[in-house]
Formats: sequence, C-alpha cells, structure tokens
Amino acid sequence: MDWGALHTILGGVNKHSTSIGKIWLTVLFIFRIMILVVAAERVWGDEQDDFICNTLQPGCKNVCYDHFFPISHIRLWALQLIFVSTPALLVAMHVAYRRHEKKRQFRKGDQKCEYKDIEEIRRQRFHIDGSLWWTYTSSIFFRLVFEAVFMYAFYFMYDGFRMPRLMKCSAWPCPNIVDCFVSRPTEKTVFTIFMIAVSSICILLNVAELCYLLAKFFLRRSKKAGNQKQHPNHENKEETKQNEMNELISDSCQNTVIGFTS
Amino acid sequence: MNWAGLYTVLSGVNRHSTAIGRIWLSVIFIFRIMVLVVAAESVWGDEKAAFTCNTQQPGCNSVCYDHFFPISHIRLWALQLILVTTPALLVAMHVAYQQHQEKKLLVLTGHGDPKHMEEVKKHKMRISGSLWWTYVCSVVFRLLFEAVFMYIFYMLYPGYQMLRLVKCEAYPCPNIVDCFISRPTEKTIFTVFMLVTSSVCIVLNMAELVYLVVRACARRGQHNSNPSSGKSSFYGHKLSSEYKQNEINQLLTEQDGSLKDMLRRNPGLQEKGDRCSAC
Repeated sequence: MDWGALHTILGGVNKHSTSIGKIWLTVLFIFRIMILVVAAERVWGDEQDDFICNTLQPGCKNVCYDHFFPISHIRLWALQLIFVSTPALLVAMHVAYRRHEKKRQFRKGDQKCEYKDIEEIRRQRFHIDGSLWWTYTSSIFFRLVFEAVFMYAFYFMYDGFRMPRLMKCSAWPCPNIVDCFVSRPTEKTVFTIFMIAVSSICILLNVAELCYLLAKFFLRRSKKAGNQKQHPNHENKEETKQNEMNELISDSCQNTVIGFTS
Repeated sequence: MNWAGLYTVLSGVNRHSTAIGRIWLSVIFIFRIMVLVVAAESVWGDEKAAFTCNTQQPGCNSVCYDHFFPISHIRLWALQLILVTTPALLVAMHVAYQQHQEKKLLVLTGHGDPKHMEEVKKHKMRISGSLWWTYVCSVVFRLLFEAVFMYIFYMLYPGYQMLRLVKCEAYPCPNIVDCFISRPTEKTIFTVFMLVTSSVCIVLNMAELVYLVVRACARRGQHNSNPSSGKSSFYGHKLSSEYKQNEINQLLTEQDGSLKDMLRRNPGLQEKGDRCSAC
C-alpha cells in the first residue's frame, strides 16, 4: 500500500469531480506526491546520519536532533498529503451509494426506460447536485482546513520555512552550548519553499472550486425561481381568476347591502 | 506477498461488507497501513544504528537495545494489522461456499449456463443466516486482536511515550550507562497517531456489531409478525418430480434470500413445470 495505490483509489473519484477538481488532483499527484517520492525523500534521507555536533559526548547528537526536528519535513508532508487527499473518498462513497440505489431501482423496474442495462449505471457520471453537492462541498472544505492546519504546523515548528546551517544546542547531556550542523540546508530550503508554493496553489484551486460550486448553486436556484415566475401553473391562473370574480361579487353584494340599509 | 497483495485479497471481501465495514477497511488501509509504509518505517529505520550508549564497552549497545526494545513498534504494528485484517477472510470463505451452493442449485434447476454462473459470482450476498454469524464472529475477533495488541503495547512501552534517555545496567555494561534513543519525539507522535487510529477502528467495529445485532432483531421481529408460509416439508412421495422439488425447496430455504432475489428478478428463469414455492 503506497502512493500508487492511493492514486488508483483517487483516480476513480476524478470522474465525478469538476474541472477544477481534476486540475487539483493532477497538481497533487505530479507536483507534490511525485516530487516527494523522487526528490525530497533523497534530500532528507541522511538527515540524522549527517547531522553533526561539535562534541564527542555520546548522546548529544541524538538529543539535539530530536530537539530541533520533533517531526521531519518528509513525514509531515506525507501526513499532509494523506489527510488532504482523503476527503475525496467521502465523495467516492456517496457516488457508490447513489449508484447502488439506482441499481436497486433498476432491478425493481422503476428505471428501465432510463438505462438500458446495469452496466450503463456503473459507467454513468453523476451531476453534482442535491446531497452530492453538500458532500462535495464538505470535502473541499475539509481539504482547505487540513492544508491550512499543516502549513501552520510547519510554520510553528520550524520558525518560518528556512533551514538554518547551524543550530546551537544546550540540551543535556551536551556540555554547555554545542554547535550542530544540518546536512544540505540550502537544498532543503529550496524544496520546502517549493512544497509550500504548491500547497498554496492547491489552496487557491480549492477556494476557486468552492466559489464555482456556490456560484453554480445560486445560479441554478435563481433560474428555477425565474422559471416559476414566467410560467405559472394553469391552475394558479384559474384560481386567481376565480378569486377576482369572488372579490367582484362580494364588492357588489356589499354595495347592495349598503343600498338597502340607506 | 506484501501490503498490496493483502489489499487485493481484502478488496474482494469489501463487496459483501456493511457500509461501516467498508469505512473500517478504508481507515485500515489509508490511515494505518499507508502511514506505516510511507512514514513510520523511515522513522524507525535507523533505530538500532542510532541508538547510542555513553560507553565504549563492546556489546553494551546491543544488550541495552535488546533490553529496552524486545520487539520494535514497526513489527508489532505489522503483526497487529495482519491479524486484524485476517478475520475478514472467514467471511470471504463463507461467501465462496455459499456461491458454490448456489451454483449447484442452479445446475439442479437446469440453469447451469455460463451467464447464470457469472451472475452468481457478481451479486452481493445478504448478511443473514449462517453468514451473519460468521460476519459477527469476524468482527468480534477483530475487536479482540485490536484490544490485545493495544494492551501489549502498553505493557512493553508504558505510557506509549518514547523516552529520550534510558539508563541501562545489563551485563556487560559497567555500572549504569546512559543510552540515547534516536528521534524519540517523532516516534511518540507516530505512536500516538497509530493509537488514535486503532481506537477509531475499535469504535467502528463496535458500531458495526451493534448495527448487525439491531438489524437481526428487527428482522426477527418482522418475521414474527408476518409468519412465512412455513418451511417446505420434506415429506411426500419420493416420486422424481416431487422429490426434486423438495430438494430445491430445502436448498432455497437454506439460501435465505440472495438466490430467491435472483430468481425473482428473472422470472423467465423458472421453467413452466417448476413452481418455486419458497420464492
């Protein structure tokens, strides 16, 4: 079970996404997961082995490394990518549930005219409306939240996104203050900035998708309301006519009564 | 055979699970197995190489590491995940057995052509009758394994926390020696993460158990209020057609739903002479 399997799972969700959603998925897999696997993992591969402290005191290096890197960048990114890609599974589950319901109705005989056979239901692409719209919107919202949380966690843990060359450590058992040198700091800074930039692009794509879905929702709603105004029901027309007649009759009756009393 | 192989095997079981069962399987594969493979294994990768003791005494390092880490977290998690996912195979075996019975029945009623055989393989089994008991047992075993491993973790590594420093005085270390563990904070974070996902899985399993029990009780209540036409008796002359009909009826009552649905959907399947009394 690795990134390839995740790609297989999420590839199925792609069919029911919006265009922006498909772009987001591509950016995620090519510019984040692939970069992580083919490049970033090599850069951080020797992070502990080549973390050197200016001391012979056993244990000082371990303790200082642990103090400055509570959780490595690579692991944080891996967790971020897993959490950010998982809300799409909510959509996949909802689509699977809808498909299952349609199949059930087809078997009962309710939708025979709509679909030729069950294979067509399996291949069908669902429109993002009704409850699926809410699921989809929630999944985008969760993606945004996870992205923001992880970016904040990065910023909080590493005081900005720069990797310093030298760190001064005074944790026990290091004697006094000890200089510790990080391996490949510039390369790590470059990749950190790259991953942060792509993360920001993903956040922008998610915000754009959210706006697009909301705009589509309101547009559809206003269209429905407009249609109802322009084409009222035949019954409504008749009712208003009858009401008007009743009003006229009651007016004329009142006049007659007043006429009588006076 | 690796985690991908296990995923292939268990994806087949997914089709016959409840909705909660499918969520459980997704949580297991994405939040536990995948995190184990892509993240946790690299954190524990250098656990022995970077385990440093403040001594030059040969052998002290190895002995202290062995004393404090009788079995590594990674290996324990791998065992836990394998044992927890395996009860689902009981269900897979039972489903395969039921499918075999259905195929036999179809051949008996004269519908042994490849198209109907394929349909037997494809349709989803209802979780009722003996399959319900197998399913419930598998969920109970899952719960048991999860609980046992969480307890083992707690016993071996009290508090689930990884310390930075451990003091060791096992022979051949002279007196008491300070030993430093590599990446203790990162290891603690991942231990807590795996613990939380394990608890989530336990909650999902309990919810699934409750759901199955409630569903079974509801179905029983329905049966009691609408008594069925009764099981077909097996009495009667052992004339060939009646005997055949009785055998079919018995097999149908054992199947409890899934095959009846299939036959009901395709009324053309039933031949003129046969009246499927249990349908």
